[in-house]
Amino acid sequence: MLSIKNLQASIEDKEILKGINLEIKAGEVHAIMGPNGSGKSTLSAVLAGREEYEVTGGEVSFNGEDLLELNPEDRAREGVFLAFQYPIEIPGVSNINFLKTAINETRAYHGKDSISAKDFLALVKEKSALVELDAKLASRSVNEGFSGGEKKRNEIFQMAMLEPKLAILDETDSGLDIDALRIVANGVNTLKSKDNATVVITHYQRLLDYIVPDFVHVLYNGRIVKTGGKELALELEEKGYDWIKEEVDAVS
Amino acid sequence: MTTTELTKKDMLIESLNELDFSNEPQFAQDLRTNAKTALENLEFPTSKTEYWKYTRIGKIINKTYGIQHEVSDANIDISNYLIPELDANIVVLVNGFYRTDLSNIETKNGLKISSLKEAINSTDGFVKDHLGAIAKSEKEIFIALNTLCFTDGVYIDLDKNAIIEKPIHIINITNSNNLISNTRTIVKAHDNSAVKIIESFVNTQGEESFANNVSEFFLNPNSNVEYNKIQNKAGESYQVSTEQAYQRKDSNFTINTITLQGTLVRNNLNIEVHGEGCETNLNGIYLGKEKNHTDNHTIVDHLKPNCNSNEVYKGILDDNSVGVFNGKVFVRQDAQKTNAFQQNNNILLTDEAVINSKPELEIYADDVKCSHGSTIGQLDEEAIFYLQARGVSKRSAINMMITAFVKDALDNVSIPALKDYIDTKIDSRFGN
Repeated sequence: MLSIKNLQASIEDKEILKGINLEIKAGEVHAIMGPNGSGKSTLSAVLAGREEYEVTGGEVSFNGEDLLELNPEDRAREGVFLAFQYPIEIPGVSNINFLKTAINETRAYHGKDSISAKDFLALVKEKSALVELDAKLASRSVNEGFSGGEKKRNEIFQMAMLEPKLAILDETDSGLDIDALRIVANGVNTLKSKDNATVVITHYQRLLDYIVPDFVHVLYNGRIVKTGGKELALELEEKGYDWIKEEVDAVS
Repeated sequence: MTTTELTKKDMLIESLNELDFSNEPQFAQDLRTNAKTALENLEFPTSKTEYWKYTRIGKIINKTYGIQHEVSDANIDISNYLIPELDANIVVLVNGFYRTDLSNIETKNGLKISSLKEAINSTDGFVKDHLGAIAKSEKEIFIALNTLCFTDGVYIDLDKNAIIEKPIHIINITNSNNLISNTRTIVKAHDNSAVKIIESFVNTQGEESFANNVSEFFLNPNSNVEYNKIQNKAGESYQVSTEQAYQRKDSNFTINTITLQGTLVRNNLNIEVHGEGCETNLNGIYLGKEKNHTDNHTIVDHLKPNCNSNEVYKGILDDNSVGVFNGKVFVRQDAQKTNAFQQNNNILLTDEAVINSKPELEIYADDVKCSHGSTIGQLDEEAIFYLQARGVSKRSAINMMITAFVKDALDNVSIPALKDYIDTKIDSRFGN
């Protein structure tokens, strides 16, 4: 589904990603972990198409499409979803109306008719229940006045509405209490299928108790330096990142 | 030593001398003579004139204009200027003249809509006493100019208790090149009456023109007048528009000024609140593009206690456009318990766009609630990216944010079809 080869990216001439290689297949859950400043958020930003990041080398193909050639909205329409680490508040823009536009523009992109008002409302009802998002919140301005947990739940609600092929959760666990974490993880797990894939970017192992990964990658200094199964996350939790840093630094 | 060289003003007056008002009743002729005297004493504003500090009118006055002398019967397709889904009384003005043949007015008890010229000639008592009563020639050169040579306009006369459900849509068209036109409107709202008016200022093919429009609104006790002004002239077009209102007690006056385009548009709103329990709403949206210059000057003068005034102006300035906002609220010594709220927010879409914003309060009473504020910013790039990341095109994202931004400035547009029309206009500018 997603194939990243030797991806290099920089911001303001500072090289952050120094050659990422990653293969993700449908049905898989990948966790990307790593210390602060290792490039985790840069990777998600580059995949979503943030303009500030310049791709200086490598390639990313998504279901055969050259992802890096697409503008952000077309990436989303192709099925890439980024759950933001810091969801933006957009006063005056209704959460529901903008999602309706997003869904309809995506359908038009695929040559499909607009969703009917009735079907849309039914979808809102079903998906907001999934993340226990109050219907009132769902119809308010995007994230405006939402608590931290509500914002993250709204991200998963949007994800549920858009039904992406590849969901990238960028530190979705940060700032969540245990109940919110459970709700968010439950939402993600319910949406998981053999046809879609999930990338969980996180600092902590905690989230991975709920969203169990098939692979755990450790990102350090702009490269994936270690890949393992879910037990790698536990090891990192126990021993921290220093041993990995030492291993890598010893080799280089 | 005196020079014989004619000034711009002299030349302009000279050209307007061709208009013949000799068959008007004496009161109107006196008014015009008075305006001429006033004009002799007034000069066109320069950068030193505080009231016009940010708006250079050279563009307007350094041109030679033609005038239309009498009403024409040339057919004009007005269907382009109608507001979809709006059932309204249609009044059409073309190049300064009232076109009965193009207008469509439903007879209704308590409502009289006529050409102002006709009202003057029939020596309507109200018009005789009130024409020029609040839009005074001595105060402002463009009022004097209008009074000297307005060719026609609209008179709207509401009887006591007349509640007019069907809006009145005045379509004020210019369709001739290098034309100067002056229209004058009077709205008389008797006790407990209510009316909603829309006036669209349009041209047919982007003709270069200067329109100098003056409206006078007289609100009796407990009357309610909503005036929606839609300025939408393409090409090189200049407009100076003056609205004067006089509010008696418990009256409610709303004016929504929507400037969609125009090379140079200057709006002068002057609201005198002479009674208790009044409400005044002045809202506006201006969408500048290319080198458009849009200037909104408003004055609300609170002379009596227990009144509210609200003002929300929102500007979106694109390309090299310039916006000016100057809102002044006076709260006189007697006007205790006044609530006056004023707000001007702007979004600059380019580095070249400019806004000069100056909210002002002058308060002489001690028990009042007044606030004013002004903001200037850009669209939030992060928010645009967020919407894009969900599959919304950049253009739609920008449009959504602009629509959200201007929304509360449209809160007092009470005609749903008009609101939709404005939304559509904003959409077609910024959306798909």
